[in-house]
Amino acid sequence: MRIDCPVCGPRDLREFTPKGAACYATRPEGEEWSEAWHEHLHLRENPAGRSEELWYHGAGCSAWLIVERDTRTHEIFSVRRADGGAA
Amino acid sequence: MRVAGYGRVDRARKLRFRFDGRSYAGFAGDTLASALLANDVRLVARSFKYHRPRGVMTAGSEEPNALVEIGRGAAKLPNVRATVQELYDGLYAESQNRWPSLAVDMLAVNALAAPFLGAGFYYKTFMWPPSFWEKVYEPAIRRAAGLGRFSREADPARQEKAFVSCDVLVIGAGPAGLMAAQVAAAAGADVLLVDEGTAPGGRLLAEDEAVGGKAGHRWAASLAEGLAALPNVRILTRTAVTGAYDGGTYGALERVAEHVAERGDAPGVCFWRIDARVAVLATGALERPIAFPGNDRPGVMMASAIRSYLHRWGVVGGRRVALYTANDAARRTARDLAASGVEVAAVIDPRAEAPPLVGVDAPLLAGGRIVATSGRLGLTGLTVKTGSQTHRIAADVLALSGGWNPSVHLACHMGGRPVWDEALGAFRAPEPGAPGAVPGLLPAGAAAGIWDTSGCLASGRAAGAAALERIGRAATEMDLPEAESEPGSQTVVFQTPGRGRAWLDFQNDVTVKDVQLSAREGFASVEHMKRYTTQGMAPDQGKNSNVGALAVLADVTGRTIPETGTTTFRPPYVPLPLGAIGAGAEGKGFAPERFTTSHAASRARGTPMIEAGLWYRPSFFPAPGETTWREACDREVTMVRGAVGVADVSTLGKIEFHGPDTGALLDLVYTSRMSTLKPGRVRYGIMLREDGHVMDDGTTARLADDHWVMTTTTAAAGQVMAHLDMVQQCHAPRLRTRFTSTTDGWAQFSIAGPKAATLLDALLDGGHDAAAVPFMACGAVQVAGVAARLFRISFSGEHAYEIAVPARYGASLWRLLVAYAEGLGGGPYGMEALNVLRIEKGFPTHAELHGRTTAYDLGLQRMLSPKKDFIGKAGASRVGLLDPGRERLVGLRPVAAQGRLLAGAHLFAPGARPVRTEDQGYITSACYSPTLGHDIALGFAVAGPDRLGERLKMVDHLRKCTTEVEICDPVFLDPDGERARA
Amino acid sequence: MPDLVADTPSERGATKVDAASLSVLAYTPMHLLAPFPGGSEAMAAALTEAYGVRLPAPGESLSADGAELRWAGRDQALLLGPDAPAPALHTHGAVTDVSDVYLRLMLTGPSEAADILARLVPIDLRPLRFASGATAKTLLGHISAQVTARADGVEIMVMRSFWQSAFHEIETAMTRVAGRAALPPD
Repeated sequence: MRIDCPVCGPRDLREFTPKGAACYATRPEGEEWSEAWHEHLHLRENPAGRSEELWYHGAGCSAWLIVERDTRTHEIFSVRRADGGAA
Repeated sequence: MRVAGYGRVDRARKLRFRFDGRSYAGFAGDTLASALLANDVRLVARSFKYHRPRGVMTAGSEEPNALVEIGRGAAKLPNVRATVQELYDGLYAESQNRWPSLAVDMLAVNALAAPFLGAGFYYKTFMWPPSFWEKVYEPAIRRAAGLGRFSREADPARQEKAFVSCDVLVIGAGPAGLMAAQVAAAAGADVLLVDEGTAPGGRLLAEDEAVGGKAGHRWAASLAEGLAALPNVRILTRTAVTGAYDGGTYGALERVAEHVAERGDAPGVCFWRIDARVAVLATGALERPIAFPGNDRPGVMMASAIRSYLHRWGVVGGRRVALYTANDAARRTARDLAASGVEVAAVIDPRAEAPPLVGVDAPLLAGGRIVATSGRLGLTGLTVKTGSQTHRIAADVLALSGGWNPSVHLACHMGGRPVWDEALGAFRAPEPGAPGAVPGLLPAGAAAGIWDTSGCLASGRAAGAAALERIGRAATEMDLPEAESEPGSQTVVFQTPGRGRAWLDFQNDVTVKDVQLSAREGFASVEHMKRYTTQGMAPDQGKNSNVGALAVLADVTGRTIPETGTTTFRPPYVPLPLGAIGAGAEGKGFAPERFTTSHAASRARGTPMIEAGLWYRPSFFPAPGETTWREACDREVTMVRGAVGVADVSTLGKIEFHGPDTGALLDLVYTSRMSTLKPGRVRYGIMLREDGHVMDDGTTARLADDHWVMTTTTAAAGQVMAHLDMVQQCHAPRLRTRFTSTTDGWAQFSIAGPKAATLLDALLDGGHDAAAVPFMACGAVQVAGVAARLFRISFSGEHAYEIAVPARYGASLWRLLVAYAEGLGGGPYGMEALNVLRIEKGFPTHAELHGRTTAYDLGLQRMLSPKKDFIGKAGASRVGLLDPGRERLVGLRPVAAQGRLLAGAHLFAPGARPVRTEDQGYITSACYSPTLGHDIALGFAVAGPDRLGERLKMVDHLRKCTTEVEICDPVFLDPDGERARA
Repeated sequence: MPDLVADTPSERGATKVDAASLSVLAYTPMHLLAPFPGGSEAMAAALTEAYGVRLPAPGESLSADGAELRWAGRDQALLLGPDAPAPALHTHGAVTDVSDVYLRLMLTGPSEAADILARLVPIDLRPLRFASGATAKTLLGHISAQVTARADGVEIMVMRSFWQSAFHEIETAMTRVAGRAALPPD
């Protein structure tokens, strides 16, 4: 698999580490335990198809990336920086 | 035998080799198979299950029979296909799967038991009694199992892995692949042309036909030569593409030096990871055998292979050749043999309306079918029926052709299913865009079901143009060379009827009857049949036999082939040695080594090193007369507590921050407030994961108003860096702070003990005033004019400092520190002593911060600031994580002074059975405390801090140790911290 | 009075295999420049003022008198050369002394270097694709590394503690590549 890093360009999978669902990039409001926190930490869609994931280009530019890909075909539709920055 | 005037081996260069102890000679350019056939060695192997005599059947990597062991001793390589192994002088080969010899194989008795050894034999026979499985059946099966033998020694061969990128990958350098490569190269694309064979050409190397007005192999050679001269073309021969993966990634196995006697420093094989924008599948096709009784005797070969041996190597595997085919094109085998002077015994064509033979002086048995063969260790004759007539034909070679299977394996590696083409009588690659089709892989030539050379050239040209279009380049006009364009007519024949065993999978000994039995017993799905009969599960992965077996299954179940389906194609296309996949990971390549600046000095003292992540750290520093690590460790602990010790702590992660919002970011990361830290001060902190569990701990120093340095534990440095990156980029992208790891930039040493200040006073430029540097202070100092950082922090509980200098001065400073410490009655201490010192003080490490513990469990609840948000705050507030009954950090000491405490042991109530359901906790760190004179431990006990003084039983089931223990405070020494503050 | 002596890994003899040679480069002051969010333009202006160069784009390195600016990851760059970077730079971002954090290895022979590093680095380093001045953060085997194309080869920068492993890995690859070249022709 290859991921087209918006900073570095297309790179081999081995330079990246997956973190999980892209929702980790957005913390719920509130400092107390809540239904929203429960959902954030524990409840996951497990789609057979398009899904958004958080990946770390740790062996490259160190950018955290939101990768939109198909879990069945591994086709990647888009890759963008989690910090909202341009390339 | 060799045929005069044929073949392109170098008859001037004779090569000697050994097979099963006998010495033979071949020529440069031979494969082991061609050389054996030239020497009239027809029996080369025994089959897997019945130990049937077998001979060379093909001329390529699909060979099912001729598997041999190459080399001797540790270098021996089993299951090498003799058809792929090139001959070199001194080559040493042995046959497999026979005892004591090929001609007399004791396990051939299996063949007598064949009626009982049919499909599903193992499942039916080894069921009862169940107690027999482990002791009787399994050992017996294991002895008989497996093809070839490992040497069981470390492989001395050196392999290699490599990466290569290209615009256009062309897989296969036959007529289609060469044309595709030429079209792509002419347009300026970066082309990688890969072929399994020793030279480009594919089938052109094995046929007597002209392309572009010259011999096919000459046309291929000159075209390839032209391509190789271009700067944008690379050609890899001896390289089989083994798999197609996501995103245009392909794997390929190159046989770099397996064809030479002296490899020198060259790797035996190289596993390539290819990154291609688009690829052309020009892998050709594999000829199908025909299943009929006795079709497995040595001498039965593929018709195309016989032409390969004749034209490439000038070899025929016998004197009288018969041909069995319903395929016009395969008749060229008889034509070519006749032209070379080899006697053609007969052409047997199952088609009743078979066209007449042209140019071959041999009988044609139209509508004939072979019902039996003879010859114990090699073919001697055939029995053929035409209608009611029976013919006996003397022949020692039988050429088979049941048609061709396009090599679509790679096109199916991402889960795609091949598509049956009734008109073609073969499976095609999945349509582009079909589920599982490999994106950007374009079939061409015979791999696309085109059988004539002219058609293949045109198909290759079109595929080259299509590949260019995909990468946004335009193809230029290119003329096609003239070539043969008559594909001939064929009737698909998978099996012909007859009594007796007709083999499908030669490598796993699967017969037509086995497949029929499988269907009768209810295993009618192709996936069930495969597993029941082991069809296609041998090293050749059914390349020669899967389609035939499928046809038999379709026939017996009354379904069409598409209804019957296909099994899944998985990489690798050819056997891939694990040594190639793991190349570079042997020895030091397994993991990088990280060395501190004091490494060489420590090693020079004979210090054993201990791995901490990738780092190597000194375990202890042995002194003269010491015979055990404990002696050294006890001495070092006592030295720190009584005088001064120095230790290298450079491996702790160091992350430097700059910027006005650094405090705000640290407040988000740490549970306690860091932003209030004054410049020149250090604070301890813990950070949580979002689920409320502790991720790491460490100190953070504020060196200046907007300059901070955080330390992490050695093991978690990488994880913390990734975490910080995520927090900044995802949760706080606007904060004006940036950070970077400077772990490797600073050599940092701990100086601990009552005489630490004395040592510093001598070391630092301008001396050292301990009163001016209180506990948890930090600041800039100078050592011999070199700017250094001083932190008054303590991981031992003693009056202690850490001093950091730029790493290039580390080795020098370490030598100084050791000398100064020894001058004060101290010296260096290692990880063992460091661990004892911190256990005595109850400081947690990752033994305690193991990922399942919370701040509450560790007694650090007060560090969770109620006044601000931080990562993990909500998660840590879950009631379940604040239950007083949780396993919480305590100290443990033995009731009897000599009682042993062991990390990993579990705790139970004194009278309870030591079983899981009675578990009261566990020990995470344990040591002998030379300061206290007995073992001490840290661990987690149910409601631990509420049970101080209570007694429990420590049980270590592994080391068979039971000790009565008392729960105590985790701080064993100086609970008020007076020593550190002194 | 104590005396501190700096280590000089660069004095380790260069390894030479065929046309390629591997050596450790001498100590060079290096600072990591990381503009704060929104600070890129101001830092670029300060750089131009001080050294006559801008902030490099991803994958780019720029040379100026006595200084080299090399892209070095997400919104950051390395300044090689000056002992103390211009004070104005500190206003707009983090300026961190990383002189001792990294060691730089030099593998000479442009096409040889690409061929050798193809054994270890998962990106295409042929001069055709990775021309002199190009830089990338990637992997050298299991080691994080930044590779930079030079006119005479490829420079490999690794964290200091890894340098012996990196040297060993490259040396092994050099040996294998030379071993291939020494095989008899077909």
